[in-house]
Amino acid sequence: MNDLIAAIRQTAKRLLEEKKVDIIIGFENGTYPLRSSPCFIRNPDEVERLTWNSSCENVLAQYLPGRKDRIGIVAKGCDSRAIVGLVQEKQIERDQVVILGVPCRGMIDRRKVEQILGGKEVLEAEEKDEEILLTGLDFKKALPRADLLHESCRVCQHRNPVVYDLLLGEKVPESENVDEYAEVREFEAKSAEQRWDYFTKEISKCIRCYGCRNACPFCYCRECFVDNAQPQWIGKTIDSTDTQLFHLIRALHLAGRCVDCGACERACPMGVNLRKLNKKLEKDVEEMFRYKAGLSLEELPPLATFKADDQQDFIR
Amino acid sequence: MEEKEKQEQEPKIVAFLCNWCSYAGADLAGVSRLQYPPNIRVIRVPCSGRVNPLFILRALRQGADGVLVSGCHPGDCHYLSGNYFARRKFALLNSLLQYAGVEPGRVHFAWVSASEGGKFSQVVKEVTEKVKALGPGRKLMKRKHEDE
Repeated sequence: MNDLIAAIRQTAKRLLEEKKVDIIIGFENGTYPLRSSPCFIRNPDEVERLTWNSSCENVLAQYLPGRKDRIGIVAKGCDSRAIVGLVQEKQIERDQVVILGVPCRGMIDRRKVEQILGGKEVLEAEEKDEEILLTGLDFKKALPRADLLHESCRVCQHRNPVVYDLLLGEKVPESENVDEYAEVREFEAKSAEQRWDYFTKEISKCIRCYGCRNACPFCYCRECFVDNAQPQWIGKTIDSTDTQLFHLIRALHLAGRCVDCGACERACPMGVNLRKLNKKLEKDVEEMFRYKAGLSLEELPPLATFKADDQQDFIR
Repeated sequence: MEEKEKQEQEPKIVAFLCNWCSYAGADLAGVSRLQYPPNIRVIRVPCSGRVNPLFILRALRQGADGVLVSGCHPGDCHYLSGNYFARRKFALLNSLLQYAGVEPGRVHFAWVSASEGGKFSQVVKEVTEKVKALGPGRKLMKRKHEDE
């Protein structure tokens, strides 16, 4: 882990000194244990701020759309896939970014930690290979890493960056025997009424803070359909219908683009299971159009192209 | 919803029709004096590709009991490929709505050409029957007062 941090700092310093990039986007330690925050470095002397650990969960690709300068960016698997998507959508030029690929072993879900500890405060966290050592006022606990991962990380199939200019650290083995659509399949098997009940109940938690939208690397529209007043597509209330519509359309707008980085769910203060809809569309796109988002710079996004023999059994 | 009310209610169905085919198809049904239920409210669009999934959801929210989107057969698009793009969007919307638990019979899609007056009247008949059988729309429809 420490070697990796050193490599990130060293590379960042070199890139800045050689003026290959104007800015480095990476992570620095947050104020609390198990917290890291994005950091932006322009001065080569400041690279010591950079770090890498299992709480570097933010998707840094989110800061790329619309930038004009040259950027060095620390990218894990999901970041790199998001970057591919943003390049496809012409939000950033490929040669504008130097991608410092970092293989990722999955990020830790603080909500899971809190649940296991029953709300006790963690004062210190130390990472071992397969365990996380948590220390608080009156406890010391070692928890297995695998149990603490975010759901999106648990089913992740691309832990190693798919595109990069420099790969830092050793590639990690991709997870095997994980069905990333298990949850979707389980939900599909329920009756329509059960699904509607779950959907309405889950969505009723939403307070329309738009945190999910703001955290998403692909929600870069200057004016979002929810902010539009003329025409006003959906009401700006927490009326159940408005919220349901918001979530359906939000998911549709991400169809064929979502790389399942999980940023929306992490940003949600109410714990809405947002990936339930996203994952379904990801599965549909894969099954209907044989496309997986963020893997190839050459391919066109599925909704920007078509095939003459696309499925149409639902059309009269 | 009461069973009696279900039977009596005449559903409102919003129909988005492509100017170049289905709209003309509806016209042909008219001049040919073919009968079809008066439940549809037609909105003319330049192409089925113009129909944003938001239009469909908003129609439901605003009180439509059903929605029909009809455009040119694949290969016949006035703009060459609009309906191909539309087909992909609709496939995803259709699947997502059912996944969330919305009844499959609320939103319908059809290909009707300008020469298919008969098919148009048939489609409208079928769609109206389907929507009627489901009863008034509840899901995704905005109520004036939630507790009314």
